[in-house]
Amino acid sequence: MSFSVTEPSGRQKLFAGFLVAFYALVTIMPLAWIIATGFKSPADAIAYPPKVVFEPTLEGYVNLFTTRTRASDEALQERGAPETWYQRIVRDKGMMIVGPSRYGERFMNSVIIGFGSTFLTVFLGTIAAYAFSRFKVPLKDDLLFFILSTRMMPPIAVAIPIFLMYRQLGLNDTHLGMILLYTAVNLSLSVWLLKGFIDEIPVEYEEAALIDGYTRFQAFCKVVLPQAATGIASTAIFCLIFAWNEYAFAVLLTSGTAQTAPPFIPTIIGVGGQDWPAVAAGATLFLVPVMVFTILLRKHLLRGITFGAVRK
Amino acid sequence: MAEVILENITKIFADTRALDNVSLAVPDGSFVVLLGPTGAGKTTTLRVVAGLERPDAGTVSIGGRLVTGFTPAQRNVAMVFQQYSLYPHLTVRQNLEFPLKSPILKTPRPEIDRRVKAVAEMLRIAHKLDNRATALSGGEMQRVSIGRALVRNPSIYLMDEPLSSLDAKLRADLRIELKRIQAHSGATLLYVTHDQVEAMTMATHVGVLDRGRIVQFGSPREVYENPASVYAASRLGQPRINLLPAGLFPHPPAGARTIGLRPEHIRQGDGQESSVIRVERLGDQTRLHLRFKDCELVTVTDAHTPLRPGDIVKISPANPYYFDADGMRIAHGETT
Repeated sequence: MSFSVTEPSGRQKLFAGFLVAFYALVTIMPLAWIIATGFKSPADAIAYPPKVVFEPTLEGYVNLFTTRTRASDEALQERGAPETWYQRIVRDKGMMIVGPSRYGERFMNSVIIGFGSTFLTVFLGTIAAYAFSRFKVPLKDDLLFFILSTRMMPPIAVAIPIFLMYRQLGLNDTHLGMILLYTAVNLSLSVWLLKGFIDEIPVEYEEAALIDGYTRFQAFCKVVLPQAATGIASTAIFCLIFAWNEYAFAVLLTSGTAQTAPPFIPTIIGVGGQDWPAVAAGATLFLVPVMVFTILLRKHLLRGITFGAVRK
Repeated sequence: MAEVILENITKIFADTRALDNVSLAVPDGSFVVLLGPTGAGKTTTLRVVAGLERPDAGTVSIGGRLVTGFTPAQRNVAMVFQQYSLYPHLTVRQNLEFPLKSPILKTPRPEIDRRVKAVAEMLRIAHKLDNRATALSGGEMQRVSIGRALVRNPSIYLMDEPLSSLDAKLRADLRIELKRIQAHSGATLLYVTHDQVEAMTMATHVGVLDRGRIVQFGSPREVYENPASVYAASRLGQPRINLLPAGLFPHPPAGARTIGLRPEHIRQGDGQESSVIRVERLGDQTRLHLRFKDCELVTVTDAHTPLRPGDIVKISPANPYYFDADGMRIAHGETT
């Protein structure tokens, strides 16, 4: 065994690994619970003590996407044999499908509003952060503070004024209204994060590009943006996660056309009370886009692209 | 290539006068080196020529065209920064192509390939062309950085201590290479350094900067042999010029406060006695540290000198420089 000052010892590594595994377990637990509940029957979902081993069923998912009605045996007989697997699941409960649920629509609303506001936030945030980072902006520090102050109060504190304004402007319960609202809320985060990233890009690169015959805007596009990719990606992830999960504004400002999934999921009611497997199924599916987005941008989160190119 | 003229340039940063009424003419095809310590205004001068700084007063003209308000792109200058500043997201080849692909030059593809190849071979980085810019050693990065300037055909090359981050061997090689390129192509160069060897070996003209002013401008020999002030005299020469009270030796001219003695101004063997403190043998020469009255001075002697610390050497000044109380040279002070 050789000794090294910088390399942790085997025991330290073991301890670190144990700590990480323990933390991972704690964070994954609720997630695993939700995913498992989605595959439980309503009875298993509320069983006490909780069932760890259970017979999986897709009932929750079927219920999530359909509206059903309880039907008499004669009515069911009249309809003939169930044609598909999901019809059979419903039929086994003595019910029949009368149409799709609204989950699909609400999910699409979340996609439009979440990604729309993320795009807008990152776009505006990048150009604002560049200006704050590179130009002499009058009252720069005060402006940056004002921008941040939009995040200093809880949504509920501003919900009523926004509701009244939106009613006047006809933005209530519209996609555009929600995109603008989430953009406004996220922009402070976006400007601050991106300013930090752009500050770290040495100004010499742009100066070199200016001398190499490019305009400032071309230098921004060809030299600053590629190097800010890491920052832009991580900012986009933060903004999407916020907009995706936002509940308070969504519940207060949307009800129909533009309602997002978070206020919709808890309202899924089955026959005889809350349909927990359907709620869990809705929550599980709702996680997928954010996870995919994060995994896609993950490689940009690894810093170090610019490391070593400028001697400090 | 073109002549560059700065007239009465003043540049003020917050509370410091970085450039104070600087006038400078860089003749077409010359290699002008700006010499001075950190903070003298060398880099600011380059940045004013490049258009990265707008002067508070004065004018810049390149090739007879007034460019004071022009953007860097409009001036058609190439610059090598002190820091490598290669675009880290591009390969070496893409870095070298970058200026040629600019909307101003829009060089055709075969021409780009030809020039990149030529420059890469000249700077011995041809085998690294497809490496990422960040995967190079410091010396390679700086050569690419120089290459990015050389692929173009600008009105003037501006270089800000391009060799300062390199090791001694590479620095010596590139010094010769740069001088060769300049002599061969007739390029105009404005070059900033605090390294007097670079100034002496490469420059056709040296501009000595002191706190934002050009205190002397001339050929390296002129500045060395005929310095205008204590400051200019101490910029050039190894070992540095000895600056002593003028009264130490007999017959100083009227008004002289300081006597400046380069090693070649110290005649050994007659005159007044001094004692040897230290003998530094550098191989090709030997430096003598002498105590003369209350002062110490350094001179050069025979490489195989038998002198040892404690020995007595007689010295007298030969055509030294005299400077007045303000540090200005007293017109060709003739003595003994």
